[in-house]
Amino acid sequence: MASELVLLALLMGAVTYPSRALPLLAPGIERLPGWALDYLQLVGPAVLAALAAVNVMVVTVDGGQAFHVGVEWLAVIGAIVLMAWRRNLFLGLAFGVVLVAVARAFGLA
Amino acid sequence: MTPRPGPVDLPAARRRLWQESAGIAVSATGFGFVYGLAARGAGFSPIEAMAMSVIVFAGAAQFAAVGYVASGLAWPGVILLTALLNARHLLYSAALAPWLRDRPVGQRAVMAHVLTDEAFALSIAHFKRLGRADDRGYWIGAVVVTFIPWNLATLAGVALGGQIEDPSRYGLDVVFPAAMAGLCVGLISGRRELVAAAVGGTVGVLVSLALGTGVGIIAGGVLGPLAGLLVPAAAAHEEAPLGTAASAERYAETGAPHETFDRDDSNRADDG
Repeated sequence: MASELVLLALLMGAVTYPSRALPLLAPGIERLPGWALDYLQLVGPAVLAALAAVNVMVVTVDGGQAFHVGVEWLAVIGAIVLMAWRRNLFLGLAFGVVLVAVARAFGLA
Repeated sequence: MTPRPGPVDLPAARRRLWQESAGIAVSATGFGFVYGLAARGAGFSPIEAMAMSVIVFAGAAQFAAVGYVASGLAWPGVILLTALLNARHLLYSAALAPWLRDRPVGQRAVMAHVLTDEAFALSIAHFKRLGRADDRGYWIGAVVVTFIPWNLATLAGVALGGQIEDPSRYGLDVVFPAAMAGLCVGLISGRRELVAAAVGGTVGVLVSLALGTGVGIIAGGVLGPLAGLLVPAAAAHEEAPLGTAASAERYAETGAPHETFDRDDSNRADDG
């Protein structure tokens, strides 16, 4: 059973723990400049949006990247709408999965 | 420093905590299961998927890591993005520090490892209702309803995922981007986040087409926030900055009374 990503998990944990622990263990150390705190607050939306967009819009063809348009777009847009409307992530995920599964079952995607 | 009596007594506060925790536990279970499926789909072994859940224990970063690994992003890039993505915990930790500063350092060190979006949301609301810190309340929110369900569900997801020969046939390949998009929406609380997300996604795609997906994701993650910062603070319409009780309330169960607090509000909680 592969285990090389365990090392990656350890490294990811090593860069995650300080942000969780430093203010608790050494109060005051978290006092970063305001612009830095503002920047960090925006990293989450930007990274997650980049991951979602790249995952549905970019495919690898013959070793290169190509723009992709497909039913996956509707699935992700539906998830976004349902999350924004109902604040329910699972509803959005279920919608996306069912939509894509049905589309593929009928040969539409 | 004069202890202030909280507006709610301990049994009542704990009952409310359990009520809110139920929703969080269901969410952690379902989401952990989906993470397990996605990790398995990206080629993670059960040991690797579980290592992420036990050691990193940060849902968005773990999902992102699945995408990074699947796209062939080099480890330094994965680690850099993880550090940036999880840096928001600094705000949670800082908000909780005044409440927990009298606890032994070893206890605070362990508490830090299980500090997540959910643990922060449940505990800060619980402490504020109570008017002081409550260790057992913290462990309930951080471990009982988050860490344990998340890890058990990860195990179930990665085990079941290995039994499905072609996940895309069932639409399961769309779980990852849909989850990323849904999580992204959950983090948008003002125009700056909206701009950061829009620019991050656009830059990510354009750079991916030109230079590869690994570079594209980093470019989107780094440049998106810079674009967001160009939105003047006066026009940001920020409703719930991370690390405030207002952001914690976004996790609370539907129908819970909504409270708003200033970011510095937690620093006045010196009676923990």
